[in-house]
Amino acid sequence: MNVKDVKLFPFKNVKVVNTYNERGLNIELLRVEELYVSINNKEILKGVNLNLNNQEVHVIFGPNGSGKSTLLATIVGLPIYHIEKGRIIYMNEDISGLTPYERAKLGISIAFQNPPKINIRLNYLINQLIRRFKSSTSLSYEEVGIEHLLSRNLYYGFSGGEIKRVEVFLALLQRPRLALLDEPDSGVDVDSLKIIANIINELIEEGSSLIIVTHLGHILKYIEQVDKAHVLINGRIVYTDDPDKVTKIILREGYSYFRNMVKAYE
Amino acid sequence: MNRMEELRRRAERTIRRDEKCNGKIDFSKYDFGQPEKGELSLSELSEEVRRKAEQVGVELKKEINSGTYLQIDHSVVYADVINYLKKKGVIVMSTSEALKKLDWVKEYYWRIIPVDMDRYTAITELELRHGYFIYVPPGVKIERPIQACLFTRRRNVAQPVHNIIIVDENASLNLLTGCVTMANEGLHIGVSEFYVKKNAKVNFIMIHNWSQRYHVRPRTAAIVEQNGVFVSYYVNLYPVQSLQMFPKAYLRSRARAYITSVVLGKDSSNVDIGGGIELLEEGSRGEVVSRSIVKDYANVIMRGLIVGKAPNTRGHLECRGLLLSPNAKGSAIPQLKALTEGTELTHEAAIGRISEEELYYLMARGFTEEEATSLIVRGFLDVGLEMIPQQLRSYLKSILDLVAKLSKG
Repeated sequence: MNVKDVKLFPFKNVKVVNTYNERGLNIELLRVEELYVSINNKEILKGVNLNLNNQEVHVIFGPNGSGKSTLLATIVGLPIYHIEKGRIIYMNEDISGLTPYERAKLGISIAFQNPPKINIRLNYLINQLIRRFKSSTSLSYEEVGIEHLLSRNLYYGFSGGEIKRVEVFLALLQRPRLALLDEPDSGVDVDSLKIIANIINELIEEGSSLIIVTHLGHILKYIEQVDKAHVLINGRIVYTDDPDKVTKIILREGYSYFRNMVKAYE
Repeated sequence: MNRMEELRRRAERTIRRDEKCNGKIDFSKYDFGQPEKGELSLSELSEEVRRKAEQVGVELKKEINSGTYLQIDHSVVYADVINYLKKKGVIVMSTSEALKKLDWVKEYYWRIIPVDMDRYTAITELELRHGYFIYVPPGVKIERPIQACLFTRRRNVAQPVHNIIIVDENASLNLLTGCVTMANEGLHIGVSEFYVKKNAKVNFIMIHNWSQRYHVRPRTAAIVEQNGVFVSYYVNLYPVQSLQMFPKAYLRSRARAYITSVVLGKDSSNVDIGGGIELLEEGSRGEVVSRSIVKDYANVIMRGLIVGKAPNTRGHLECRGLLLSPNAKGSAIPQLKALTEGTELTHEAAIGRISEEELYYLMARGFTEEEATSLIVRGFLDVGLEMIPQQLRSYLKSILDLVAKLSKG
């Protein structure tokens, strides 16, 4: 593949314009504008731009340390991620001043990559979420493979796959308008992968918009709908295209392809 | 000189020796009193007494539990067991009465705790005002708890009680003790000696609800014979001026002990809690777990000591503190002593604020900051319940809910 075959966005003032939306729901849900974010005075995001419409599913690829998790955590509102510049517009409002609780109430949920261990029984948390968000799901605990974990405290002694299954399931129970899934497929065996994909497909069927961060994209082949793929390198989205194309490039050439491309433009 | 006289002499010596020490609780301030004339009966108790007792889980109605002991200030109001158990030989009575009526009880008097251990044990010997004596004969299993309530009503009462609990071979006892006061100032000293015989099991739950100007000095120890189990669960609900206790269990072959303390330190409380276990014989194992929530200007020290004296023994210590105010202070002093090969002792200790990571995680799941804090506090308190039998577990859960609620205010 040649450099000129792919659509390349300049690193600033990117406007991703939807070329199509088969469901005709061309309504903007999330707009990240020129976002600069630092942790402990270290700049991680260096001008991220991203647009997501209602009921779209986007994937963000990127090497380790490129800022993928930071982007999701900033959208959720974890306060250690400090917004230096830029805005996060969600349902036409700038949400960057809201607490994580307020954002959750507005319909943003997240599946963390490395959630903390908490002394709360899983079934208690699940019941609380069901009550608060009036959630219902067609998936049973058996199907999600967590029935043996219900009486345990959150993430104490859980396997990697169990953590991911529970996190994505909890994100579903919040009945989100926007679900952010941080590496739901990393360190997970094939059986878990299929279960997690099932939960993600349920999210899609329920009409949630999704941003899925993934390192290698294993999960994508089980997911019913993926509209767009972005590549995040060194704190910037450097590339956006059809997911199949992006996956092919990554599988064939790794991220060096995009890195070289960035260098060529710098 | 007979033993009873000798005990008295040793106690007197301890008090004399100690008089020089400054900064101690001044016993002369308190009313060690005489038993009141015209004792109350259960049916004459005021609503307020009943309500207070219920706060610590004691139901003052005859039919609800297996047996009840109620002491108000220096008077025994009620001490009895249901007929079914009485026929089997179960005894619930005042310790002073038991010492008078049953000659063999002397053999269990000050046998685990030395009478001259400190000035509190000594004063209890010299000024003994009852306490409960419980005996469960071999093979008798008491599921519905026997409850004991040590109540103080008048101001500045000192209530030194001596409890003796004997659970004979293959027997079991669930014992619920609630200590509560209507006065705002006083001193409570509770000596408790537990004899858990071969294959016997004791679940001992003690809930304290004192008031701000109370000094509390429980002195608890247990000897657990072969294959016996001793579970002690202590919760302190209300801030006290000072609380110091260090329950101990001595374990014989393959015996087990679990000592849990949950403490809420508020206002300017000084709390020093914990527990010790000595693994005396092969195959014994024990756990000492402390949880404290520290607020305001309170200072909580959590101690733990496990001594391994025999091979193939295991012990674990855990002290965790959660500081909820900038001026709250907490210390953890875990101590392990392995005196032989083949004893395996471990400990964990942690004191800190609520983890921000946990807090924001829960907020991102749709909980307000306050709700998330309560959840973390409640989860922090959720400890040791798997050792408690089902019928007492839901009760303890509600007590822990209350601790979580009180920690907010």
